[in-house]
Amino acid sequence: MDTRLVDTRQVDTRQVDTSEVDTRRVGTRPVGARRVSTRLLLLIAGGLAALFASVAFAVTIGPADISTADVGAAVTAHLGLGESALPPLRDGIVWNLRMPRTLLAAVCGAGLALCGAVMQSLLRNPLADPFVLGVSSGASTGAVTVVVLGVGGGAVSLSVGAFTGALLSFGLVLVLSHSLGGSTDRVVLSGVAAMQLFSALTSFIVLTSADADTTRAVLFWLLGSLTGAGWGDVLLCAAVLAAVLVVCLGHARTLDAFAFGEEAAAALGVRVARTRLVLLCATALLTATLVSSAGAIGFVGLVLPHATRALTGSGHARLLPVTALAGAVFLVWVDTAARTVIDPQEVPVGVVTSLIGVPAFVAVLHHGRRKT
Amino acid sequence: MNDSTAEAPGTESAATPEWASGLRADRVSRRTSGRLIVDGVTLTLRPGETVGLLGPNGSGKSTLLRLLAGILAPSSGVVTLDGRALPEAGRRATARRIATVEQHAHTQTELTVREVVALGRIPHRRAWASASATDTRAVDAALERTGLTDRAGQSWHTLSGGERQRTQIARALAQEPRELLLDEPTNHLDIQHQLDLLDLVAGLPIGTVIALHDLNLAAMYCDRLLVLREGHVLAEGTPGQVLTPSLIKRVYDVEADVTHDPGHPVIRFLRRARKR
Repeated sequence: MDTRLVDTRQVDTRQVDTSEVDTRRVGTRPVGARRVSTRLLLLIAGGLAALFASVAFAVTIGPADISTADVGAAVTAHLGLGESALPPLRDGIVWNLRMPRTLLAAVCGAGLALCGAVMQSLLRNPLADPFVLGVSSGASTGAVTVVVLGVGGGAVSLSVGAFTGALLSFGLVLVLSHSLGGSTDRVVLSGVAAMQLFSALTSFIVLTSADADTTRAVLFWLLGSLTGAGWGDVLLCAAVLAAVLVVCLGHARTLDAFAFGEEAAAALGVRVARTRLVLLCATALLTATLVSSAGAIGFVGLVLPHATRALTGSGHARLLPVTALAGAVFLVWVDTAARTVIDPQEVPVGVVTSLIGVPAFVAVLHHGRRKT
Repeated sequence: MNDSTAEAPGTESAATPEWASGLRADRVSRRTSGRLIVDGVTLTLRPGETVGLLGPNGSGKSTLLRLLAGILAPSSGVVTLDGRALPEAGRRATARRIATVEQHAHTQTELTVREVVALGRIPHRRAWASASATDTRAVDAALERTGLTDRAGQSWHTLSGGERQRTQIARALAQEPRELLLDEPTNHLDIQHQLDLLDLVAGLPIGTVIALHDLNLAAMYCDRLLVLREGHVLAEGTPGQVLTPSLIKRVYDVEADVTHDPGHPVIRFLRRARKR
């Protein structure tokens, strides 16, 4: 699916261009339209409708037979808008199991795609993703420190350990890249260094201290999993997502200015160092929160922004909201597949995203080669 | 200050003192890892004039342009815009006045010509504000001026080198600057496109500083020249005053004949004596 999207990108871009030339008298803006154009409104409305339908439908899928009507009944009841006619067991399946899990998938997909799009533009690297700054590796080290080594004596949860590890790793990257001069490629290289370091630490801890069961549990989490998602996770992640989305949309025009590099951005009046710091911190915070709740779900942040650009063009005022919606819908379906394909067993959702992501990644590389 | 007697263009307004209007570098130096890249350069850009920046590779031309644009901060000295130091004026306000065109612009982002030109409106727009009719008009005018109106929908990556540079100049014009800084914009272009581009730039009614390698092009298109070597100013004045065989020998260590065409000097380089 992604391959096709990437392939049609050229054609699609041309279509967008023509329409822009034709409608420029009406005031359609090309780069990152601040004016909420009809096209953007349609894309967002369509995306929201698709997301709503996807969530409603995904919740009905699973071993227990549940209809969309049941979902509707359970949700309205819990929102205090009506009486639930469902038996408590089915109601529990909808409201306490499938609903939070599906919504967490949506929030994670949106957040990862958003962070990926911002990272790719900020670091001017089409292969950047939310984990390029070592956040996921730091999180995994934090998680195994808690789960395997028992640091915190049970008072600290895996999520807290992961979050702490993620921020430590990101802090290390910031300090390291700053000491190396702070340019974009130094940031990327520092991220690679941190990623290697923390991956090695994680492997070391797992191999020396963990028993088979713990290893399996940790491995499952590392690959990304939405199993056991609760409302607490959903609300926390959604709140951070909302805040970071506002910050990123506020910087959409600034991100456009980075197209020809940091010096060109500076010449367009952008305070480059400050912008870079704000956006790196915002996306790292969101990524750390998502990883602590759902593990390191790969490839959403890499592939979805590329696929979305085919629809929206490169202007960030369009790209960012649309890619977030696309990521949400995508991960809802991927997670549904992950928990049903080899039922009753579960595939880590990160495995499924990667199985789809690798071919798409190759297609992106091919596309990049044609362009230079 | 340096040789300010050199040919004052007749357009200069007598009402404003020279130091108070326009872009001015006052004894600016830039030191990078212990080495002086720019060494005490003073330069005043008068409204509407075209100043050529000459000098061998590594003489500090690009760094001086970055200092003038406020992208780099001087280690000592000050760059002022209408009498205010650039950092005081703020990055965005500076970008609304001064536009720069780099030697070789490169992007991996998929953008159309129009989208690239529209980047020039960024300093004019607030973070959450919508694009105004003024923005659209400025972009249209810049495309028109550079002859790119028909190319507006074309992808940047399909353009030739000359068209890319023209697009960058259109982007700079969309900024509606009063000062334009260009860093060897004719590099990598064939002679036709070099002349096209310089005709375009010299015809603009704004103050322009342009770093050039080609002495003849500099003589043809610039009102005034500034010659740099190892970061400091070696000569300043009109092309006729500056481009002498002795100066060319001093700066580039090559022999040249200079003839004075009506209007501007013409430089003919001489082949070196064959070494035994």
